Amino acid sequence: MLAELVQFLFAGLTAGAIYALVGLGFGLIYNASHVINFAQGEFVMLGGMTTVFAAAAGLPLAAAVAVAILVTVAAGLALEMVAVPTRNASVVTLIIITIGASISYRGAAQAFFDKQFHTLPSFSGEDPIDFLGAAILPQTLWVLGITVLIVIALQLFFHRTLLGKAVLATSHNRLAARLVGINVQLVLLLSFGLSAALGAIAGVLITPITSTNFEVGIMLGLKGFCAAILGGLGSGVGAVVGGLLVGLIEAFGAGYISSEYKDAMAFGIILLVLFFMPSGLFGKRTTERV
Amino acid sequence: MPLLEITGLKSHYGRIEALHGLDVAVEAGELVALVGANGAGKTTLLRCISGVQPVSAGRLRFEGRDITRARADRRVKAGICQVPEGRQVFGPLSVLDNLRLGAFRRKGADPAADLQRMYDLFPVLADKRHQPAGTLSGGQQQMLAIARALMADPRLLLLDEPSMGLAPLLVAEIFAVIQQLKGQGVTIFLVEQNAHAALSIADRGYVMETGRVVLSDSGQALVENPRVREAYLGL
Ligand SMILES: Nc1ncnc2c1ncn2[C@@H]1O[C@H](COP(=O)(O)OP(=O)(O)OP(=O)(O)O)[C@@H](O)[C@H]1O
Ligand SMILES: [Mg+2]
Repeated sequence: MLAELVQFLFAGLTAGAIYALVGLGFGLIYNASHVINFAQGEFVMLGGMTTVFAAAAGLPLAAAVAVAILVTVAAGLALEMVAVPTRNASVVTLIIITIGASISYRGAAQAFFDKQFHTLPSFSGEDPIDFLGAAILPQTLWVLGITVLIVIALQLFFHRTLLGKAVLATSHNRLAARLVGINVQLVLLLSFGLSAALGAIAGVLITPITSTNFEVGIMLGLKGFCAAILGGLGSGVGAVVGGLLVGLIEAFGAGYISSEYKDAMAFGIILLVLFFMPSGLFGKRTTERV
Repeated sequence: MPLLEITGLKSHYGRIEALHGLDVAVEAGELVALVGANGAGKTTLLRCISGVQPVSAGRLRFEGRDITRARADRRVKAGICQVPEGRQVFGPLSVLDNLRLGAFRRKGADPAADLQRMYDLFPVLADKRHQPAGTLSGGQQQMLAIARALMADPRLLLLDEPSMGLAPLLVAEIFAVIQQLKGQGVTIFLVEQNAHAALSIADRGYVMETGRVVLSDSGQALVENPRVREAYLGL
């Protein structure tokens, strides 16, 4: 009983941490540009796939990860350069641009890499750790640990550095930000790049557990979007709490009810939130919501 | 050489021309007032000077250098700082963070000393420094907006209707601060609906109507000008 519960708990937290990273990525881009980036899941895919192929080409894992993050950040910056000059365009146009980008990134991954599923070795072995009767994969601890570190780093960046505050200021009032001398274009690039990096890291972390292929970004992106909406789009705390909740609900739902409905649960959540709590758990600005 | 020299300035919103070719100059150390009815184009002119509004014709020179196409953040670095209409403080950030962001482009300045100067100028900001700026009253937000611009150590301070919506006592306080800043040698370009108060403390003034400068003279002469008295001073 307890063992089962702990098993589901860790499964939920692991998936939830990944959704949280994706959700944070949605929030970073939304705050800076008010664009909802439907290519967010493709950042996760690019991170995982590039690492797989760079490692296969002979790079040590750490170097392969670094290459993957760089490639994904480049994809994020490219998206900013395409999407943001048209920011006076309607929300629908921008959504279509990001959907177009997601299709392009998937196509590029299919062309440069392949259509197969790939996995990576776990960072520190495959031997499960026994915890209260449950078998915990060491990779799970990597996922949770690195997610915690990233959340702390983001927190410090936004609350302890002037640059982080400049990003917050820009998202709150772009005109005033320009008038105090903030280069808004750089803030946008920074936000897209950071968001892509978060996605890439999520992709690297999860690949040893779930494996990856050129299409995994679709589902991960949607789950991360659920996390962001549940927590309140644009709220950092919200994305983390939302991500963990989506992960836990999925894991317990799959474990105790039926794994058939695992994916449907996340989307059930998003519908309920949109109906009854459109600004999410920690959101504020309902009026600017898309 | 004037600190700021504007010649033949035109600007558009979409296809509508809001400024029809303006010539304006501000000398170093001057306090210049700009008055005019609602919709005359005063805010548009300030936005062109600070670089957040595209210029469609004409030239802007600052300290002799052409800045017509310079990015807004470069102009802040060069010393042009605008206090925008409606304050536009960063509401969720603390008063202190708003002030620090005012000095975003300054490298190597001593923020502690500058902050202290702002707290001396506006003691209420010191009391509220850890509160979110959005919780301040309108007058306090105006003080914060001015202080935030001053943190950049401006060579030219652009003020857009700083007394708008404030109680008379606060208006007097804001004007006292403007005079104090002028006394410290800050060059100020002041847009005001409160034409009498603005022209009375100004060295020189401009009067704008529908995108054009229609009068320019010393502040005192404009206060006494019959046309100005009738149209803007309600006398
Ligand atoms: N964002 C905008 N889009 C379209 N037209 C605008 C915009 N802002 C201002 N205008 C128009 O440009 C003209 C000048 O406006 P501006 O705001 O510069 O006037 P103002 O002198 O500052 O007026 P006020 O005293 O009301 O602040 C007006 O006719 C106004 O309707
Ligand atoms: Mg105005």
